[in-house]
Amino acid sequence: MTTAAKTPRITDVGPPHYEKFLPPIVKKNYGKWKYHEVLAPGLLCHVAESGDKLYSLRVAGPRLTSVQTLRVFAGLADKYSGGYLRYTSRNNIEFLLDNPDNIEPLKAELLQLGFPCGGTKNSISNIVHTQGWIHCHSAATDASGIVKSVMDALCEHFTHHDMPAKLRIALACCLNMCGAVHCSDIAILGVHRLPPKVQKEKVPKVCEVPTLIASCPTGAIRPATTDGKPTVEVVEEQCMFCGNCYTVCPAMPLNDAENDGLSIWVGGKVSNARSAPKFSKLAIPFIPNNPPRWPEVVQAVVNIVDVYAKHAHKYERMGEWIERIGWPRFFELTGIEFTRYHIDDFKHAGLTYARSAQVKY
Amino acid sequence: MADASNGNPKTELLDQLEKGPWPSFVKEIKAAAQTNDSAKDLLGQLELSYEQKIGHWKHGGLVGVLGYGGGVIGRYSDIPEQFPKVAHFHTLRVNMPAGWFYTSEALRTIADIWERHGSGITNMHGSTGDIILLGTTTDELEPTFQELCHAGFDLGGSGSAVRTPSACVGMARCEWACYDTMKLCYDLTQNYQDELHRPAFPYKFKFKCAGCPNDCVASIARADLSIIGTWKDDIQVDESEVAKYASSGTDVQKEVCDLCPSKCMKWDGKNLSINNRDCVHCMHCINVMPKALRPGKEKGAVILIGSKAPIMQGALLSSVLIPFVPAAELLDTIKELVTRIWDFWDEYGTNRERIGELIQRVGLPAFLDAIGLDPVPEMVAAPRDNPYIFFQLAKGGAQ
Repeated sequence: MTTAAKTPRITDVGPPHYEKFLPPIVKKNYGKWKYHEVLAPGLLCHVAESGDKLYSLRVAGPRLTSVQTLRVFAGLADKYSGGYLRYTSRNNIEFLLDNPDNIEPLKAELLQLGFPCGGTKNSISNIVHTQGWIHCHSAATDASGIVKSVMDALCEHFTHHDMPAKLRIALACCLNMCGAVHCSDIAILGVHRLPPKVQKEKVPKVCEVPTLIASCPTGAIRPATTDGKPTVEVVEEQCMFCGNCYTVCPAMPLNDAENDGLSIWVGGKVSNARSAPKFSKLAIPFIPNNPPRWPEVVQAVVNIVDVYAKHAHKYERMGEWIERIGWPRFFELTGIEFTRYHIDDFKHAGLTYARSAQVKY
Repeated sequence: MADASNGNPKTELLDQLEKGPWPSFVKEIKAAAQTNDSAKDLLGQLELSYEQKIGHWKHGGLVGVLGYGGGVIGRYSDIPEQFPKVAHFHTLRVNMPAGWFYTSEALRTIADIWERHGSGITNMHGSTGDIILLGTTTDELEPTFQELCHAGFDLGGSGSAVRTPSACVGMARCEWACYDTMKLCYDLTQNYQDELHRPAFPYKFKFKCAGCPNDCVASIARADLSIIGTWKDDIQVDESEVAKYASSGTDVQKEVCDLCPSKCMKWDGKNLSINNRDCVHCMHCINVMPKALRPGKEKGAVILIGSKAPIMQGALLSSVLIPFVPAAELLDTIKELVTRIWDFWDEYGTNRERIGELIQRVGLPAFLDAIGLDPVPEMVAAPRDNPYIFFQLAKGGAQ
């Protein structure tokens, strides 16, 4: 498969300059856009000071994409958008058209291929996510399978502007959070629930013991010896299953088929619009893995979406809605059980305790 | 058990993920598997993971390309006898073009290189923004890398290095961009090639360039240095367009004024007046009426520092470091600032300690002293509410 080595060897070229990939209409109007309108779900129209109009047709991307499908997108771009397209920060694809006559034929062709248009304004956009069982060693769950199952159930909300405000879902398959889900309207987070199984003999061969000990946020890893060689032991009561030790040392595996699963977090946002950015808070501490379609996770997410859609005001993000009605009402309306796990007991935990006598009855 | 023979693997569970209206990643892997055996074994191993509810990848190893310390994520199957074609299944992170713009030719170039050298499976894109080329053998890493370089692409960051900077679409297509995000992202990436390819830090360092406070690249949640566009002067108002919104269904009082966090807007049914001194530049009113309202003309960015995901001491949002830098001065200011930040982090950061965690540990005042920035009230939500003040001792008494 390998072709002849390229000569001379070059490095540090950096990414290609973006200007090479900009459509002529973008180059001409760069920095001179006046306003935009959303003409339909998935269809943006940006109007420049010059009067030029750029139409962006946004379609759902699968994130995991074969080279075959990349070529299909390239072919569609050649046919309809002068060979230009871009991706969004949420793994959607945007075809950039200057001819409005091409919109409907492109949309029809994409739909036929299984790529729906949407994700704009007050819809549910694509889920950003991590690798899961497809490519990660520390995953407590798969990512793509849950994303596919959840978005199958929510697809109508991708293709319609029918939410009170935009709703952003993210999934990370362990606490490492390559997907940094911690500021999402709804976050699906893989969790481990057993301490690492220390492979005592292997530790000194493959790991640096001081680094390993220092990797534990709660100081649960202590030095020990095995056959006169340095190794470690874990104070299990102090472990909160973050997996950081496993990241620095392969002899500390903590994956477990029955005890790994998902947690659901709600009410985070990154935008500064109206209220300040905020973290997502725990809604459901644990749901077991149930591949291939994770019906309990899908049901939990759909329930939260439905309750939010029914009760929130226009422009109110999930977290803003919950802050208005209060957390007790959130648990009441969603029917989600409130447990001891919902109460923080890590650093600065007291900041989240209700420090007033203001209670709703 | 999933069949590992050279024919098509058994995929009863995965097949169920081909159904439904959302694009299917299983269809994508199957498409790649038509011409690539490692994609076939990936399907087989994934099916087994679905049966057993557990992953089958071993911890990464040290693999890479000559002269770089990152950009490749080593990955090995823990059952290579059963799935030999994914015994090595390493990932290359490829630095995407700023703003994720492509031509069809560029997409085909990437597709062709990856079909020759790897599984034919990509992620468009990874969480940090890179093009992810998912799965190849150790032998193919160097040839893939060189073909990419000769085609004008380079690897992205991994490990304790500058990670691939990212930017929103910015001035290329957004009227709200308060500075040229794609240019800043490109310039930073080129400027820090050495720091990106050769890990020398305590841990990762991420730059994210957002053109306005809507923050479409989540910089405030995900970047060690968050550069968020904003403006200093008055919101630009087109009164006739405000009237058009009002007459075509927008309830300006309820949807705009009542939701303004600083209550700086008044609507009397005809005119919208804004007390710009009280505006916190949140973007809500502009988001609701993009034809009528626009950011001001004196543009630049807020620079914030320190956000990260939970590992290890808990998640952080970035906090204000410089309340406003004019757009024209951004690149030079950031370069100067970053030199001082990295010097301090190099000296005092412990292994796997992000800059935000170091600031938490030593305190923002000590950090400001170290990088030579004066404290300003925009840096805090409120002054301290505890009296445990570390007054600095000097000759002859406290300062």
